[in-house]
Formats: sequence, C-alpha cells, structure tokens
Amino acid sequence: MNIGARIGLPIGDATRSAFGDTLAELGAEYPSLVVVDGDVGNSTYTERFGRRYPERFFNVGIAESNMVGVAAGLALSGHIAVTSSFAAFLTCNGFDQIRMCVGFAHTNVKLVGSHCGISLGEDGPSQMGIEDLALMCAVPGMVVLSPADAASARVLTRQMIAHVGPVYMRTGRPKVPVIYPADPDLQIGRAETVRQGGDVTLVATGLMVAAALEAAHDLARDGIEARVLDVHTVKPIDRAAVVAAARETGGIVTAESHLLNGGLGSMVARVVAREAPCRMGFVGLDDTYAESGKPDDVLAKFGLSAAAIAAEARRVLG
Amino acid sequence: MGVTVGRDPVALEGIRRRLAVWSIRTTTAAGSGHPSTCLSASHLVAALFFGDVLRYDAARPDWPDRDRFVLSKGHGAPILYAALAELGAFPTERLMELRTIGSPLEGHPNARRLPWVEASTGSLGQGLSLGLGMALAGRVQGRAFRTFVLTGDGELDEGQVWEAAMAAAKYATDNLVAIVDRNGMQQTGASDAVLPLEPLADKWRAFGWETFEIDGHDWGAIFSALDAAVAVRGRPAVVIARTVKGYGVSQIEADPGNKFHGVPLKADEAERAIREIEGA
Repeated sequence: MNIGARIGLPIGDATRSAFGDTLAELGAEYPSLVVVDGDVGNSTYTERFGRRYPERFFNVGIAESNMVGVAAGLALSGHIAVTSSFAAFLTCNGFDQIRMCVGFAHTNVKLVGSHCGISLGEDGPSQMGIEDLALMCAVPGMVVLSPADAASARVLTRQMIAHVGPVYMRTGRPKVPVIYPADPDLQIGRAETVRQGGDVTLVATGLMVAAALEAAHDLARDGIEARVLDVHTVKPIDRAAVVAAARETGGIVTAESHLLNGGLGSMVARVVAREAPCRMGFVGLDDTYAESGKPDDVLAKFGLSAAAIAAEARRVLG
Repeated sequence: MGVTVGRDPVALEGIRRRLAVWSIRTTTAAGSGHPSTCLSASHLVAALFFGDVLRYDAARPDWPDRDRFVLSKGHGAPILYAALAELGAFPTERLMELRTIGSPLEGHPNARRLPWVEASTGSLGQGLSLGLGMALAGRVQGRAFRTFVLTGDGELDEGQVWEAAMAAAKYATDNLVAIVDRNGMQQTGASDAVLPLEPLADKWRAFGWETFEIDGHDWGAIFSALDAAVAVRGRPAVVIARTVKGYGVSQIEADPGNKFHGVPLKADEAERAIREIEGA
C-alpha cells in the first residue's frame, strides 16, 4: 500500500483483522455475544471468535438474507448478534432483511462488512462494497462506523458491541497505514482531528484518512495548512466538528472509498448546507464502478489518492 | 386475562369464530386489510393460542421461556391481534383501532409498538430465518421454549425461506416448527399457477424436515400434527396445512381469482359474512 508511505506512516494490520481479534477477545466479556457467518469467516475474521466459541458461532452458508434474519432472531431473544460478510454481499443481498429485521425492528444486531471500498483490488468490482455507506446511512436508527486503521477498528469494535441497537461497521481487506497509537481515545459519534490546520478541512473516512494526511503534507509545502478530520462515525455525523471546520477553515473536501452518491460527502454536505455554508469538494467514486488491479493502481486510477484530495482542496480554495 | 380453552372442539370453534369475526369487522372498519388470509389460518391460530399448544402468558410477554410465535405472513395481522386481545393482552375494543394513525395495531405486525408481537413482519419470506435465530437462541441459553413460524404458501416463492430451511436442517433445530398455511392463493391468483410449489411436501423432506400434511380446518388433524411436530427430535418439523382462503365466507371461498386478497368486505358483505360464520 503506497498511501501514507511518503509521509512515513508505517503499515499496520488490516481493519478486518483488528475487528476479528477484538471480537474474539470480547467473547469472554459478553457471554450473550453470538456470531452468524455467511461462510466467509476466514475473510472477515469472525472465525477467530468461532474457533474460541464454537457453540456461539453459526455458519449458515452463502445466504446473506437468511444470515441477517437469523442474527435478528438471536437478537430478539436477548443476544448481541454480530453478522458479517463482504460489505457488498451483506448490505446489498441482505438489504431488505437489514431494513425489516435490523432497522425497523431496531434489533441489537451488529453488521460488519469487510472488503469495503475499492482497496481490495484484484478481485474486482463485483467484490467491492461501494454502496454500503449510502445503504446503511439510509436505515433509520443505524449507527455507521468506518475505522481508518487497526487501532481505531479495535476501539470501535468494543464500542459497537457495547452500544445497544443496530450498528454497521465497514472493514477493509488490505493492511493499512497506522493513524493512531494503540488504544486511542475515540468515541462513537465524535470525529477526530488528526491534523490541525486553519486554511481548509479534509474530512475523510477509512483508508482515505491516510490519503488526506498525505495530501495535507503536500499542501503544507505550498503554505496551505489543512485540518484533517477522521469521521470514523459516518452516522450520526459529528455536526459540531463539521460546522466548526466550515466556520474556522472556510472550505471542506470530503474523501471516501465509496460512491459520491449517498456516502460521507452527502452526509457532510447536508450539515454544511443547513448550518454553515462553505465551499466544498468531494473525492470518491463519481457514479462509476472501479476495475480489477493492484490496490494502489485501482485507487490511483479512480482518483482515491492524496493527489486527488490535494487538487480538490486547491479548487475549493480557488 | 383471557384463558385457553383446551381441545374441546366446540369451545375451540367458538373462539375460532370470534377470531374470524374480528378479522372481518376490523378490516371492514379500517377500509383495508387482508381478511381472507386471516380466515384460512383461523383454525391454526386458534389451535396454537387457545388449544394448549403455545406455552404462553399474555400477562408476561417478556417471559424468557415463553414459546415464540412468528407470523411470517404478516398481512394476517388482524387475526394475530384478535388472538392476543382474546387472551387478555389488551382490551378487545381496541381491535377496532386497526390501521388507524397512532394505534400500535398497524397494518402489518410491528413488534416495537406491540410487545406481544415477537417479530416485525410484512416483507414475505423472512419469518423462518427469525424463527431459526430464536430457536438457536433457545439452544445457546439452554431454554426449553419452542418457536412456531406461520408462513403463507405464496411466500415460499422467496428464496430466503429455503436458505432458512437448509440452515435449520444443518443445526437440527427440533425446537422449531414451521406451519404452512397452504391456502393455494396468492396476490394475483392460484399459487401453483404463479410459481408451482408442488411437490411441496417432498421439497421440505428433501431439505431435511420432518413433514406433516393435514387438512388445516380439521381440529383433530391439527392437534395430531402439532403434537407430533413438537415431539420430533433431531430435525425441524413442518406442518403443511391445506386450507381454504376466506374459509367460512362463501363469497370469498367461491372466488377463483382471489380478488379479495388485500380487499376488505364492504359493510353489507361483512354483515352477511359474520352471520354466515356465526350461524355455520
């Protein structure tokens, strides 16, 4: 992974791996925790829980609709039910079940979609979860999490399990740059300022936080001090942090490994338009699918890069 | 607090007719709803709730050991509400609030607003998965409750039902009983014309389920099948209950095109239907 390398960010674990490790640890703390897998537990890493707690782990096969329903049935009977597959299959194949049995029923189900965005690379667009944030943000009452690195994925996994009610968390396939020290002080719903700056704000989520930090580094060479916000909670969005960014820096660029229609950019723009209008730019997939290739090549070709973020910031600064 | 009536056919038939009449009265008052799907299931619902099948206490909807009943065919909500009210969950007068703004008696069951409802349904094909999750929860928790899922036959078109059927067989959930209200009709016509289901019993058997086929309007057959289904060990059980859509109301029964699906009876039709049910 090239992202973050130029500014010396070391590569850490994949967020899916950090999630899997933490979930397995939490099994002891939460006897009511159960996991329903769609036969991808060795990709989502829920198998690490399953190996430790086989009596609380159910692999119901490649059948996401049923998988979500079973998780909801367990939750309706008092369990904290985690269910996981690739983000694309979980949120697209399982959407009506998520709508009815998790959202409308407001059950204590934790949906975890791995292989989010386009950074999975070679396996190509059919495997890429690029609609998941839009779909999950559309579900009333759903908390939507998108950790940037392994340390934050660990903390947010713990908070997700402790949270009562439906949560969606997206995790990624590749090992990703380290943003945070171990056990960072994060809180669901509170965006983190990972770089101070007063000239423009780069509002990023997931892997794009590292790209935004790299973009900020490049902008600084031209005397532009960019603030970088890690919006690990896409919903509920941290309105105060967005409004402060708009008022204090006067311009915002969002960045996400997701479609522009309905993702982080849409959430941020709605807050900005209503509460603190300012110039905005958007980095994400612009009404297109990606293609197969090495992750760095795919990210670069489809404009999910530090260069694209910096260019958008310069456009906003006009 | 209402009471169950045991298995005396006369007493059960009295309850069944009350549930049927409520299903008609409330949908006619609402001006919308699905009375005919309630009528086909009226023996099944009466047997489950009033015939000593479900271990259930309407005064304690959160009792952890209660048997679960999931109405997968959520459009049958009026007869579920009627059964709950007749059991004393809430006053029967409230049944007339069906489908009105502010009432928890929504068009399809909403468990968040009505604590006696186990699961929010209405998107067909989802109930068996929910029931399987409940059955697995019973196993994990070491509780002896059983889970009963009432599905329509049209909703067996949904692939999710068969995903759930395979998973239940894998986990050998003998605490799970599916009941298929095989009334042979769905929205646009005969189920077997819309999407052929037969040989339905063979399908369930092939999916690993102990399978019972009965006349869903015969008390003796219903109790024999439900008792046997509950007693099955090592695999889930399904009762395919052949029923008549609009049972007991000749105007609906006689309609081969199922044009009464999702259509309430007009006031005068409803009065005739109620007289017919009560006088049968």
